[in-house]
Amino acid sequence: MLSIEGTDGNMSSMDRVDKIIDKYECETGVLIQLLLEIQKTLNWIPPEAIIRISKRLKIPVSEIYRVASFYTALSLKPRGRHVVRVCAGTACYVRGGPRILDSVERALCIRAGETTSDDKFTLETVNCLGCCALGPVVEIDGQYHGKQTSSNVVKLLASYP
Amino acid sequence: MEKLKTPDDLEELRKGILAKKDPRRLAITMCVSTGCEALGVKEVIKAFKEEFQKRGLEGKVEIKETGCIGFCEKGPRVVVYPEEIYYFKVKATDVPEIVSKTLLGKEVVERLLYTDVATGEKERRLSEIPFYKYQKRILLDDNAKVDPKSIEDYLALGGYSALAKVLSQMTPEQVLEEVRKANLRGRGGGGFPTFRKWESTRKASGEPKYVIVNCDEGDPGAFMNRALMEGNPHSILEGLIIGAFAIGSNEGFIYVRQEYPLAVENMQLAINQAEEYGLLGNNILGSGFDFKVKIHKGAGAFVSGESSALMTAIEGKVGEPRPKYVHTSEKGVWDKPTALNNVETWATVPLIINKGAEWFRSIGTEGSKGTKIFALAGKVNNTGLVEVPMGMTLRDIIVKIGGGIQNGKKFKAVQTGGPSGGVIPEQYLDSPVDFDELVKLGSIMGSGGMIVMDEDTCMVDVARYFVNFLCDESCGKCVPCREGLKQARKILDNIVSGNGKEGDIEKLTEIAEATSAASLCALGQTSANPMLTTIRYFKDEYEAHIKEKRCPALVCKKLTSYYVNPAKCAACTLCYRNCPVDAIEGERGKIHVIDQAKCVKCGTCFEVCPPAFRAVQKLSGEPVPPPIPEEQRWIKKGQKGAAN
Repeated sequence: MLSIEGTDGNMSSMDRVDKIIDKYECETGVLIQLLLEIQKTLNWIPPEAIIRISKRLKIPVSEIYRVASFYTALSLKPRGRHVVRVCAGTACYVRGGPRILDSVERALCIRAGETTSDDKFTLETVNCLGCCALGPVVEIDGQYHGKQTSSNVVKLLASYP
Repeated sequence: MEKLKTPDDLEELRKGILAKKDPRRLAITMCVSTGCEALGVKEVIKAFKEEFQKRGLEGKVEIKETGCIGFCEKGPRVVVYPEEIYYFKVKATDVPEIVSKTLLGKEVVERLLYTDVATGEKERRLSEIPFYKYQKRILLDDNAKVDPKSIEDYLALGGYSALAKVLSQMTPEQVLEEVRKANLRGRGGGGFPTFRKWESTRKASGEPKYVIVNCDEGDPGAFMNRALMEGNPHSILEGLIIGAFAIGSNEGFIYVRQEYPLAVENMQLAINQAEEYGLLGNNILGSGFDFKVKIHKGAGAFVSGESSALMTAIEGKVGEPRPKYVHTSEKGVWDKPTALNNVETWATVPLIINKGAEWFRSIGTEGSKGTKIFALAGKVNNTGLVEVPMGMTLRDIIVKIGGGIQNGKKFKAVQTGGPSGGVIPEQYLDSPVDFDELVKLGSIMGSGGMIVMDEDTCMVDVARYFVNFLCDESCGKCVPCREGLKQARKILDNIVSGNGKEGDIEKLTEIAEATSAASLCALGQTSANPMLTTIRYFKDEYEAHIKEKRCPALVCKKLTSYYVNPAKCAACTLCYRNCPVDAIEGERGKIHVIDQAKCVKCGTCFEVCPPAFRAVQKLSGEPVPPPIPEEQRWIKKGQKGAAN
């Protein structure tokens, strides 16, 4: 489990959550945008952040949890240092996407949605990355890698420190 | 920058921008949207910058980063101006040659030109390449010309002139009338007349009124909205402001899925620029009309692309659909009248205003006017975005523009409309593509995904893929969709894993029909399409899976085995070395054998076996031959296959 009182810079994770809430405090209908920003900053939505949002914005914890668990871009579990997303869109699928996912799962010894025990990789599938011409596509930390094969995706993963 | 106060100010500014442009200036343009970026365009740009520095050409040659022109398969592409020569599949190592030969020496680098697969001819211009020749690019054409991060580029092409015309010369009623005459229908999939949506929002009681751009392109296999928003965000914004004026709305939202970070970035920049120039905000161009707009990022839920669900997501809630007895045009976001349209629909509006409804009506079929952008993908030679007039046949799109099927394989079906659409087999390829014709075939146009499938695609597996997708994405609010899809997935899982039973097809049909009839929103209502069309057109494949436990396309893992044909194996050890689970026995000179008990059927051996040998084969519906005896496995040098 990652520590909530983080060590990045001089600011703890909860300070950063507070800063994000400050930005949205006066607006209505901001919960999703707020959670997306926390997700981006901390790489997940810690339970403490949900409680803090609830207290400050007077939104029931249950409602925040409902939103956070509904959307796939929001993660209620800490994620690894590198996020590997295998495209599961139709175009990638017919070009052998499932085999790429199998290879990644085998290479990392985890299933989609899980994180390796050393917190190095989190594996996810994504509905479509919108570069269907390059399928099958794998995205690692925002970098797109097109035209993957079962064997070269394994080499690609090995190249990450 | 001082704000523009009148339409004349805008024209003055435009004149100034055009006067600065030198048509003879040396320039290169490159696509920097997601597709080309994945193919390494950033390195190519870096190489150009370095090369210019080395040769003292800095500032003398303009480097322009543009949006997607659709031919993603052949990226990264570079266009050299003023001659307008198109180079494809450019690598950083090609850059010095382009600079010395083409930019300075006025000579064409032949090997980087597009080569026609059929004739072997080289083409220099875009309009000569078959992929483009048969398209009608009224929306996408500008993507090649504008830097999406520059409002001046958009203005140079006449940008915001439609807005100026609307604000200074037209009443909202006249704008509505023009859109009605044009018979513009919603590009997001439904094909609902845009005019009716706008008019009912305008007439609805309640203030404020909202307008929304839907760019929650969740359909897996579609990326036309992304290309437009990344490549020409101002065109969408201009259409939105015009629509807002016609409807009487002063506030809008642009809903973009967060999986498209570049689209979000470019759109936000466009909004900021438009505000700075006085094209957004209070008293736009001195007309007294106010309009502001905000981006809302979608957090990854397919169902949130449904209009009522998208509106609840904008309110910050779980994006679930609601019954639409009361239309969103009357009660939408925060129960206020709301008009929501797709990216492509909004981007079409300025064109209609500028060129007139008559011009727009001259393109397309009786019921569907204008053009439609499709994301042509799958097993077709030319993958990418294609914009065609409504009514072009599927065959023309796939064969003439798409260049036919990859690797000379046989066409099997084309899937349109994403998970809500269906598959269309060979015999209907001559059907014209428009909103109504595709429905007759059991599919829909949807937002424009078009996935081509060849003989190596298993249609039962495709149905299972879509049902699995819909099952995961069903919000669970209504029972028929939540439970029906789950049961359908169970049956399909059984069939693809060899546990299908007699009667499964009938049961699947019944579930599909019930789910479709009783679901609340379009996700459930159209979920039957992938199942019913595959059953209608490819029943024999279902039967082969159920009765013979055979997958004719050799796709379904549980029904397929990998086998090294000893007569063809050259004992090169490639498969042996690449097998991730050490299931292959052998060594150099000794024929390889797959241990079926260890094999995980990942397909790596099949992938790496050199095409000259094709020794690794897939089998289905028949037993794997026993391994050849140990003593017969050795082969002599240079020989291929076992001695006997």
